[in-house]
Formats: sequence, C-alpha cells, structure tokens
Amino acid sequence: MKTFIQDLAEENRYQPTHLLRILRAVQSHYHYIPEAAIEQIAELLNISRTQIISVVEFYSFFHLSPRGQYELLISDSITDHMLGKLSLIDYLADKLNVAIGEVRQDGVVSLDNTSCTGMCDQGPAGLVNGYALTCLDRPRIDQITDLINQQKPLDQWPAELFFVDDNIRRPDLLLAQAVQPGTALRAMFKRGVQETLAEISFAGLRGRGGAGFKTATKWKFCSEEHENQRYVVCNADEGEPGTFKDRVLLNSYAHEVFEGMTLCAGIIGAQQGFLYLRGEYLHLYEKLQSVLDERRQTGLLGNNILKEGLNFDIEICLGAGAYICGEESALIESLEGKMGIPRNRPPYPVTQGYLGKPTVVNNVETFMAAASIAVNGGDWFARVGTEKSKGTKILSICGDCSRPGIYEYPFGTSIQSVLNDCGASDVLGVQIGGPSGTFISNHEFDRKLAFEDLATGGSFIVFNTSRNILDIVNNFTHFFAHESCGFCTPCRVGTSLLKKQLDKIIDGHGSAGDVVALEELCQLIKTQSHCGLGQTAANPVLSTLQRYPELYQSKLKEISYEPGFDLDGALETARRLAKRTDAGAHLAQVEEES
Amino acid sequence: MSKTITIDGNTIPFEDGQTIMEAATAAGVYIPHLCHHPEFTPHGSCKLCTVKVNGRICSACTFPAMEGQDVLNNTKELTDDRQLITQMLFVEGNHFCPSCEKTGNCQLQAVAYHLNMLDNHFPLFYPSRKMDASHADVMIDHNRCIFCTLCVRASQQKDGKDVFAISGRGINKQLIVNAQSGLLKDTDIDATDQAAHICPTGAILIKRTGYQVPIGERIYDHKQIDQVSLETEHHQHDK
Repeated sequence: MKTFIQDLAEENRYQPTHLLRILRAVQSHYHYIPEAAIEQIAELLNISRTQIISVVEFYSFFHLSPRGQYELLISDSITDHMLGKLSLIDYLADKLNVAIGEVRQDGVVSLDNTSCTGMCDQGPAGLVNGYALTCLDRPRIDQITDLINQQKPLDQWPAELFFVDDNIRRPDLLLAQAVQPGTALRAMFKRGVQETLAEISFAGLRGRGGAGFKTATKWKFCSEEHENQRYVVCNADEGEPGTFKDRVLLNSYAHEVFEGMTLCAGIIGAQQGFLYLRGEYLHLYEKLQSVLDERRQTGLLGNNILKEGLNFDIEICLGAGAYICGEESALIESLEGKMGIPRNRPPYPVTQGYLGKPTVVNNVETFMAAASIAVNGGDWFARVGTEKSKGTKILSICGDCSRPGIYEYPFGTSIQSVLNDCGASDVLGVQIGGPSGTFISNHEFDRKLAFEDLATGGSFIVFNTSRNILDIVNNFTHFFAHESCGFCTPCRVGTSLLKKQLDKIIDGHGSAGDVVALEELCQLIKTQSHCGLGQTAANPVLSTLQRYPELYQSKLKEISYEPGFDLDGALETARRLAKRTDAGAHLAQVEEES
Repeated sequence: MSKTITIDGNTIPFEDGQTIMEAATAAGVYIPHLCHHPEFTPHGSCKLCTVKVNGRICSACTFPAMEGQDVLNNTKELTDDRQLITQMLFVEGNHFCPSCEKTGNCQLQAVAYHLNMLDNHFPLFYPSRKMDASHADVMIDHNRCIFCTLCVRASQQKDGKDVFAISGRGINKQLIVNAQSGLLKDTDIDATDQAAHICPTGAILIKRTGYQVPIGERIYDHKQIDQVSLETEHHQHDK
C-alpha cells in the first residue's frame, strides 16, 4: 500500500486540492479508505488526518470500513421507484445473498441505495464500482449475479449492461446545429472579446442551472476584479433527481461545452478551467479526457490557442456522491479538496471563488449556449423564447410517458404541449425542476416553461393518476434529509424533523395539529436555511400541501392528540426480554373511549 | 461623519469591514448567537443571529454592515424563529440541563431562557452518542455538541494546534479529534487551551471543576445572556 499511495500522491503533485481524486483512487483500489492510507496521505499532502476523515465521511462514495469488491448501488430516485426499483433491489439482495446496506460475508459484494444516478430515462439504474448500469430487470440481475459470483473483472462484463442511450427526442436551436470545434473561438477573435460579451448580453442568456442569473453580467463582474488569476468552472454535478441533460450534452456535445468554457476564459482572462463532473458520470470520464486531448492537439486548448495568445486548459474533477456540490460555492470547496459546504456570501465566487480568486461557475448548458451564440450571434438566440427568458431550454423528461429523453423547447412553451410530445396521458401532475422545484397539478398545464413562470434546471418528471402523491413527497423529503450537508441548524435538524413529521402523518399516526406543525416546520426551513438546498427542501411538501390539503388531512386520526412515538412499539424490547405476548403486555396508544 | 445602519429603527454607526454583529455589539445591541465569538472567524452556521436586512434574511455574524441597511433584529417573527432553531438544537442532541454540570454557565441554556423557550416543541431524536473521558483533564460529552465549531476554530486560531474537526454529513455530523486512536488523550490538547474552555454547551468540560461554583452563583443565574454577552464581547470586538 505504501508505494501505491506514494505514487498516487506524486501523480497529484502532493496537492491538497487533489484530495478527492486521491481518495477516489484509494476507494476504487481497496474498496474503502484504510486507516494507514489516511495517515500516509496526511503526511504526504501535509494536511491533518481530521481533514481527510471529514472528507471521507462527507461524501457518499467514500467509506471508512470495507465495501465489497463489487460495490453495487441502486438508484433511489422516484423514477426508479416508478419502474419497479423496490422489488428489484429485494430480488437482487436475495439473489446475491446480501442485505441492503451490508457487505456479503465473503467480502465479494456490497449492496446499497444511492441518490438519483441520472439515468431516469433508462432506469431502474445503478452503479457497480462507480460505473453506470442501466435498464435493470430480473434477467439482467441474474446476469450480474453470475458475473459477480464468478468474480469476472468489470472489463469482461458485457457492454450492453453499461450502455447509456442519449435519447434525444426534440432538438431545437442548440441541439439541431452542432457548433464545429473552433468556430466559436474564431468568431470571438474575429468579432473581438468585448463585442462577443456584448453579443451574449444581447442574447439575454441566463444561467441554465435554474437560478437564471444573467451570464454576461456574471462574466463581466468576474473580468472586472483586480486579480491576476481567474478560473472558469463548469458545473456538471447534475444531482437534481430527474435531471440527465448534462449527461447527454457531455456525451455528444462535449466540444461545444469546452468551447464555451474557453470562450469564457478568453472574455474574463482565465488560464485554468475545471469541469466538475458528478461521480455518477464516471463512465464519461475517459471520453471527455480524449475530447480534451483532441482539442489540445488541434490548438483549441493549451498555450496560444488558435495562435491568438490565449492560454487556457481544462481539468476534469470527479465528485464523490454529494448533491450539495451542485451549489456553486460548495462545488468550489469540493474542487479545493474539502467537504462540500456552501460558503457564506458575500463574497460571491465572481470575486472570491476557487482558492480565493475570481471564478465563473456556470452550468453545462450555459457554456454550450454561449458557444452557439458566439457563432450565430445574439439576435439568433434572443429571437426565440419570451421577453424575460430568451432562447431555449433543454429538458430531461422522465416518469410516466412513452418517450422519455431529451427535449429542447423555446422558453414560453406550455406544459401541455410538452406532455403531448413526450407521450404522457392520464397525467396527475408534473414535478418541474426536480424535488427542489414545484409540483403542478393537472389544472395548471397551460403554464409556461420560463424563469418568470416555471423555472427549471431541466428536470421534468411526469406522474399519471395511478401514482400516490404522498409517496412522491416522501421520497423527495427523505432525499433532502440524506443530502443536507449539515452545516446550518435549520436544514440539518429541520430536514430530519420534516422526514419524521411526514412519516408520522403518512403512517397514520398524525392527529389534528400535525399538518399545521408540518407547515410551520416547512416555513422555518425555507426561510432560515443557509443555502438553496435548505431553502427548497420543503418545496415538495409545501407545493403539494397547497394543492392537495385534503390529501394530508385525510391521513389524520380522529383524535385530538397522537403521541410522537409508538407507545406499544416502544415496549417491544421489554416484551422480548420478558418473553411475554399476552394482552397485558400491550398498551393501547390512546385510551379507548368508553 | 461615520457611516450608519439602523437596527430596529435605531441608528448605529459602523466602520468599513465590520459585520452587522460587530457593529451591533459595539453599539450595545444584542443579537442572539451561539457559533459566533468575537475572537474567531465568523462561521454563520447556528443561524440564531438571523436578521432581516432590507427585507432579506441574513446572518448578522457574517454579513457586512453597509450604508443604507435597515436591519430588523428584535421582532416577534425573528424571535419565534430563533426559538424554534434553539429547540432544534435541543432535540437534536441529548440536553438534560438538571443533570448537566454546565447548567447556569451554558450559553445554549441561557439563549433558551432569553428566548423564553418553555418546551422542546419538536420530538426528541435521542441520538446514541459517546463520551470521551480518556484525557486526564479534559472530557468530551458528544451528547451536547451543537457543531458550532468554536473548539475547532479556537484550537487552530488561538492555540496554534489542530485538535478538533467536524466530520460527517447532515444529521450524522460528529465532532472528531486529531489522533489515530480517535481519543482525546492522544491529541496534544492541554487543559489550558482556549479550545478546552470555549464550548458554549457542556460538550467539552474541564474535569474536576464541575461544581466548584455552586448552582445559584453561576454566570447566567442572575444575569441574562444579552447582558453578559454585551459586557464581555463589547470589549473583545474593540480589540
């Protein structure tokens, strides 16, 4: 192990910023982070062991105790559930003879759940040693079980198990006409850097991650900072359940994305860029590296780009399973090799970002759109969409529809026309923008995709009338409790309390006052939380409570007060110890009315 | 003429670079807080110091004071929320004041009294957390940790050491210490370190000192936390 870690540290130039990269390699080699490795890394990187332990314990894909040689994770997104995930994982656990959350006794395989892996259009999905598995069904699970029991190396597994389809269903402005490598940069040099920024401003491009900040303004702010170093970061930590468009963009439009980043570097004066790729998209890593190599070889990246004097390169950094890293300042912390905890603001990343230097963080789609605008002009983009939301939006559509996949629409398109296109019928409602977004009912389908009406980072999950809204809300609420970084009190404690309170109501233990308490808690989490995760964590409850209050009320008992715990259940241990099963050993939750 | 902001309608001066908390403390205005301490880099995590600045929710301990700010601090809305946040801290850990040797000297308890907290409001988590009594002079009772990171910061910024860190994610956060064994006795902490004395609750205690000051004569037995805080921290902010 000593030489393995030594080589790893050397490869990473002993940089503490590369801690995640180093830990990913250790986890993948040993299937956990051994104590000895922690000590050695601490020494080599000259950081404290507590910093390493805190990073290991923060990210879902790192473990202090051994996992199986085959680490199997099954996606827990609501869309996977709708495709039969629950019975499938039970089947898998049974076939492999391993309990969920455990390692099999022989140490060969471990099995657990994981947050949405971004394969909602081809689920149920999972990961094996970080690599995406798609379209899981019983025959495939039988196949996987055999491969694991034969201990076949992953590179000898049949390729179809790892096949990921793009499923591009409706190309528009951006997807229909790909930008040839180099054309956006040539256009920028020809037009002028400031003039190109003006085009992007005129185009009205706003951030595609969901928040919608004006891209040109962000770039301008960053370029105006008095610093000699600046950074460009592409946020490909696509963790919002139900979103998978960045996966497709990076698979089939990587040149455009990198071109957009390089364009940004030219405009703001950056020399270094990062693509922060979510760990779940490990399968894209090699391919993206080769695209970067190709760009270096053709003079589109590196020193003196297109002989215009621009020096810029891009490094790919993989995440390790933390939704919070999609928040831009948490993402920067993660890039620096730390826990992904959102920073206090101000200062904003444009003034103090990566290593304290001005940094532009934009979504994958934003960079791609910027590259297209540089080629086609601001007017080409601004002509499409609405007054406040120019251009198009790329959606990841999944759930109850016959044609899930990638759809690009002009802003201003109605939800109904989207539903018609993707083959959705008998629709109950749509979750727009993922769990942190809004649930809209089937009375609202004339509403529009737009920052001023329904903003979305791309997630669009369709539910038909066979679905139970409370199941959906429950899944989302558990997701947020799992993904809360734990930094601030309202979100750390609040998301767990919310989970308990919702479970209490759904399990039929709620009584009068419990829905009011639920709403009070939601408001507190929403207003008092430190970052966007906490501020939106109560949205699933709030948006459904507003639309279906009777659904929650119907779950309440007819009594005025229900204790917060199960009285009879609490006696279970005592009964077991006393070996009693008689009626006298049981307590009624509430005294029967005589 | 110095620059000013208003807090609850009162005009108070500030200097460039001051946070709202610093300006308020200097002017004798108390804003409830637990993770903030004037000697250390602000953290902004407990969220008790949440104020409304021109209608927007901000943490007073991290947000810079700026000309034209109209700050709301002592409103019913904010006090209600602060009480709920304090209740969250109580139910998250195991805080049993009557049996805790920090009672009367505890900032968490004192803030709760100040905010007129009369019950836990939320269901208790009853987490199973350990104690670390391995060290000869200092002990950790994890049941009472509220993850304010004051010990982490004090150790790094004052003691020139690196004894503590907060690890884990979400509700599974925990205080860890810098020793291969994971035990306090194997760290380089001393009972004289500021990190051993800074805990606002009873999570880090000096052994054999618990009842030297009898109950009834403790810091918050006769004074509210706002008064104590302003008396001690006003001076420190000036430094």
